Amino acid sequence: MTLFLQIALDGILNGMLYAIVALGLTLIWGVMDVINFAHGEFLMIAMYVSYWLGFLMNIDPLVSWVASSVFVFLLAFVTYKLMVSHLVGKPALSALLATFGLSMFLKNLCLNRFSPNFKLLPVTVLSGKTIPVGSLILSLPQLVIAVFSLAVIFIVYRFIASTRMGWAIQATAMDKEAAELMGIDTEKIYGLVFGLGGACVGIAGGLLPTYMPVHPEVGSLFGLIAFICVAMGGFGSITGSLFASLLVGLVEAFAGFYIAPIFKYVAVFALYLVIVMLKPKGLFGW
Amino acid sequence: MRHRQSGFGLGCTIFGILAILPLIPGPLQGPFAKHVLVMVLLFASMSQAWNLLGGYCGQVSFGHSVFFGIGAYGAGMAVVKYGLTPWPGALLGAIIASIVSLVISYPCFRLKGHYFAIATFAIVEIFNRLFMVWYWVGGALGLDYPIIEEGWRNFMWYETKTPYYYGAFALFVLVFSTARWIERHRIGYYMRAVRDGQEAAESLGVNSPQVKLTAMAISAFLAALCGAFFVQYNLRVDPPMVMSLDMSMRFVLITILGGLGTLWGPLLGAAVLIPLQEYTRAIWGGLGGGVDLIIFGLLIIVIVIRQPRGLMGFVSWVVGHRARARGRG
Amino acid sequence: MALLEVRGLTMKFGSLLANHDISFDVEEGSITGLIGPNGAGKTTLFNCISGAYKPTAGKVLFAGSDITGWPPYRVARLGAVRTFQVVRPLNDMSVFDNVLVGAFLRERDLTSALDVAECSLRFCHLEDYRDKLAGNLTIGLKKRLELARALATQPKLLMLDEVMAGLSGAELKEAMELLKEIKAQGVTLLVVEHVMEALMPIADKVVVLDGGVKIAEGPPREIVESERVIAAYLGEKFSRRLKELKT
Ligand SMILES: Nc1ncnc2c1ncn2[C@@H]1O[C@H](COP(=O)(O)OP(=O)(O)O)[C@@H](O)[C@H]1O
Ligand SMILES: [Mg+2]
Repeated sequence: MTLFLQIALDGILNGMLYAIVALGLTLIWGVMDVINFAHGEFLMIAMYVSYWLGFLMNIDPLVSWVASSVFVFLLAFVTYKLMVSHLVGKPALSALLATFGLSMFLKNLCLNRFSPNFKLLPVTVLSGKTIPVGSLILSLPQLVIAVFSLAVIFIVYRFIASTRMGWAIQATAMDKEAAELMGIDTEKIYGLVFGLGGACVGIAGGLLPTYMPVHPEVGSLFGLIAFICVAMGGFGSITGSLFASLLVGLVEAFAGFYIAPIFKYVAVFALYLVIVMLKPKGLFGW
Repeated sequence: MRHRQSGFGLGCTIFGILAILPLIPGPLQGPFAKHVLVMVLLFASMSQAWNLLGGYCGQVSFGHSVFFGIGAYGAGMAVVKYGLTPWPGALLGAIIASIVSLVISYPCFRLKGHYFAIATFAIVEIFNRLFMVWYWVGGALGLDYPIIEEGWRNFMWYETKTPYYYGAFALFVLVFSTARWIERHRIGYYMRAVRDGQEAAESLGVNSPQVKLTAMAISAFLAALCGAFFVQYNLRVDPPMVMSLDMSMRFVLITILGGLGTLWGPLLGAAVLIPLQEYTRAIWGGLGGGVDLIIFGLLIIVIVIRQPRGLMGFVSWVVGHRARARGRG
Repeated sequence: MALLEVRGLTMKFGSLLANHDISFDVEEGSITGLIGPNGAGKTTLFNCISGAYKPTAGKVLFAGSDITGWPPYRVARLGAVRTFQVVRPLNDMSVFDNVLVGAFLRERDLTSALDVAECSLRFCHLEDYRDKLAGNLTIGLKKRLELARALATQPKLLMLDEVMAGLSGAELKEAMELLKEIKAQGVTLLVVEHVMEALMPIADKVVVLDGGVKIAEGPPREIVESERVIAAYLGEKFSRRLKELKT
């Protein structure tokens, strides 16, 4: 029983990590109908920022996540201005391919500059700390990310639901032309949403080096899983993607333990296929 | 009739030039140059196989490395496990790839847009992992070729690359002739009609599910043949070599770079990208890791934003420009 | 037996009754007009007949077969081909290739399909635009392309959804001639039209819809005099003008 609960707990914690990674993607997809293929690479960049700040200047990720987040916000904003703004409303494939080009560029730039080696911050405030809960073991770095994830999702949700800017974002998502007629600067909204999506994943990336080594490929799998979570949850639904992320985390944990570690992603991808076969627009899609 | 013959002469010219390329003395004689040429023809063929479905029929699949891989394993298994020549394995692999493609795509074609794209990603990852643990096909270690007699029967050579070049050329002719034949046939027009508007096509009597599945089966068949060539060229195969998202994306990006839904786009894309890749790797080696992909990434971004019709769009712009200039002069 | 028989056809979108219990026949070799104010349910009726929608209730019989709920391509193969009110050109293909796609329905090989496509292209006076991309045409030409494409399928029944909308006086005359020629070739026509001046003189029979219900059916002469139709739709002024036009 303890084992079962421990696996479930790990699954949920991992699911919360996926949730914050997927959040930015959900926003961008929902508002602009664009898949940002470089999303995983944004996470990787944030991890490198956090790593280098820790390594060179001894700033703990608990502090430096702010810098990672701001950095990726700017990176995403520039990406929007230089690339994506030319591609919104074009065939869906265009933005996907262009951002894939960007992901190749970023990944290989890091490979070229930082080598393919795994880099882990040796000592951080959180490293290796655990909290015993009954007979279960709770990893502190993962718990911190899960808490951040919940908080960020809650804040973004409130922001969209109940601020003026949030309403403007919703209006733009529903009907761009109509929003423009109402005097909303949709160009600004898009830039902001893209940047915000980057900032969210930047927070996750900023905290991750407390327990996960960074390397140029680290973002690829996260990116893919985030796509799965977002699509499974349903087009642009924040609750949907949170729910799907937890589901993915759990399925991954249980399949990894009870079937075989190599099958954990097979189970996740198969789950996606089964769900969209049954509901072609995702769990919470319409 | 003009409509029927357009481009026929161009095709013959390109085939002719490629046929005599290895005979031309000079820089193309070295083994490395031969290797680059083989890769150009292979990737042009493979991208064309993808283009039939993605470009002409508008069903953008990121899962084609699965079919490429099945073909590779077909030939590999025939040689390594059964001690046969690769030929029956390649053929069987191609048939299996077609069948698998139909089984997969029948439900997937119901999905729209990003949902379809992500489903094809998922399928590549699933196949990759399954082949990794499938002991019968060599698992993660893959299949290593034994040393056997070289020649066309076993389709392998150890010293020279010239026969490989002609093998790749034969593949290229097969794939491009098929594409050209399809382009001028009812099925080709139907494929483009489905791409440009499924509802309109159906109102004109086009059975769009059937058209898409046909395009898929042909595309997967040719992709598997390319995979079989690839394994014969490398004399080994393992899952990440053939069945990976990166491999899938290469076929897509070469086609996009050259020109989606055009006959010569895949060749143009491969002729630009493959030398870039092979030479940067040769120059910088392991040290400058990823330089080719950094350039390629940028190239893709620029092409998608500036010239969605790819290099072919650029070519036709130049040709049109010169024609206009001649008209004025 | 009529070529097309619609029997008790009903189509609901949620609680909205877009078509309610509609029945009528289209006789072989005739031109049947289908009129009604905006939102009357004409396009919906087309969609039900052509298979784009599955009707909630009722039957559609075409050339002796019950085609209710068939997918659109099977309906088209049987010989009932429609055009779209909101045009759907195959944007990235040339005008000629658009028509060629239609021609392939009856002609399997390229050579004969090319001939058929050429014919309908000329018939619709589109030969000057043959190599243009369909997506770059003006709306008027796109409507004509819809017609040419449908004609190229060599249909038994041609269903036109407001192909004459937005045409000027001279163009309208031309279009009316075109329809008469099509009829003369033995094609049966079911024509939805908002421009009634164009329809009344050429139609053999007119079916009038209003609010999803059939409110009248008969020869144009009777229709323009029917109190009910006038009240629902035409208005006095219109019907007087139509009578003048007819005489
Ligand atoms: N796909 C649909 N979903 C919901 N309502 C529809 C749909 N298509 C048509 N309608 C409704 O059905 C009614 C009839 O529309 P339509 O058939 O287009 O009329 P017409 O062609 O006569 O102008 C309208 O009220 C329209 O809003
Ligand atoms: Mg209508």
